[in-house]
Amino acid sequence: MPIHPVEPVGPAGPAGRAPAPAVPAPARAARPAPAPHEPLPDGADLLTATGLRKSFGPTTALDGASLSVAPGELLAVMGASGSGKSTLLHCLAGITRPDGGTVSYRGQDLAGLSDSRRSALRRSEFGFLFQFGQLVPELSCLENVALPLRLAGLRRRRAEDQAWEWLERLEVADAAAKRPGEMSGGQGQRVAVARALVTGPRVVFADEPTGSLDSLNGERVLQLLRRAAKDSAAAVVLVTHEPRVAAYADREVVVRDGRTRDLGAGR
Amino acid sequence: MSLGHTILGLLESRPRHGYDLKRAYDERFGRTRSLHYGQVYSTLSRLLRNGLVEVEGVEAGDGPDRKRYTITEAGVTDVAEWLTRPESPEPYLQNTLYAKVVLAVLTGRRPQDVLDVQRTEHLRQMRELTRRKLDGDLADQLICDHALFHLEADLRWLELTAARLDDLKREVRP
Repeated sequence: MPIHPVEPVGPAGPAGRAPAPAVPAPARAARPAPAPHEPLPDGADLLTATGLRKSFGPTTALDGASLSVAPGELLAVMGASGSGKSTLLHCLAGITRPDGGTVSYRGQDLAGLSDSRRSALRRSEFGFLFQFGQLVPELSCLENVALPLRLAGLRRRRAEDQAWEWLERLEVADAAAKRPGEMSGGQGQRVAVARALVTGPRVVFADEPTGSLDSLNGERVLQLLRRAAKDSAAAVVLVTHEPRVAAYADREVVVRDGRTRDLGAGR
Repeated sequence: MSLGHTILGLLESRPRHGYDLKRAYDERFGRTRSLHYGQVYSTLSRLLRNGLVEVEGVEAGDGPDRKRYTITEAGVTDVAEWLTRPESPEPYLQNTLYAKVVLAVLTGRRPQDVLDVQRTEHLRQMRELTRRKLDGDLADQLICDHALFHLEADLRWLELTAARLDDLKREVRP
């Protein structure tokens, strides 16, 4: 089988591009490894959905979907287009309110929280990663990654120090001064992974995070996402229709016609 | 593809003569290579010997064999076990999987279960290869990638077949 040449992406960015302007690393003390999250009781699930139902007008998106995510677990949610997998992710993350069923995070029913409590939970406990990075185009990569920390009230210097470390961890620190429009798609998604993980979330919700990337860049993003999530003990809910992407997860759940089917981790 | 199981599955859908079996096999699974009579009768005698089929009756008439074969309880169990056992991924696996899906429809089982069991096995192998890739060097990555692309092609076939099950049911069991 011929191996097609693929655009290499190294520290200097894709071949043929001008090297990134040097950004001096801010002087700082080494950041300790992310603190392990406060443990849940043995065997307790971090996030559980039971019997979720959701319709948009006459269209039923979810029709009794259930799943659970353990702390630190990487769970793939698979399904064809229109199967309801993205709606499921939005309900799990508290973005969409289901018509029926419950979503429980660390034993707490999300429906019982006020909108502001739920927003606060999303900011502090959850991270998000979408197909197109959704970085703020006017901000540099460093500022983009620092943004969730700034919103959480951290001073600029401290937020950017932490952002810098995450850019290094995702091997994209050389792009720190660039704006999203000046980077390749692969670099942009790595910056988006850094932004999703910078606050130390317990759960990262990723919706087709490599859908816009070629094979090699997609693989690199998944490798880095998996490694970073495992190092930080963050659980990842990874929505995808691609088996090669799902293979990075520990387990898979299939969504069909708005219902979930847990096919397990295989034998 | 397991000829014995395929013949057993055809017999589970209804008792048949040897000739009938060959014709049903050729019609459903023999598009690229039809079955020889010799293969049918040697397989039937093995299945008889193992107690998986029995002769239901012998009809008078022309021709060498007018025995009518039927599946035994042990034969039904054997078919069920085969249908729910995932196949080891290998080239041209689709022949076996296609036969399993068609036979599941013919025997009134859930073909989706056959596809799901196989899908789980394929994804398990893909996860294993992905772990090897993550821990390995470039050679490991290239070798695993080759296997992963093949497994992915099988999985796409499984998904497409799942999406076409209603059509298949109408065609196989009108």
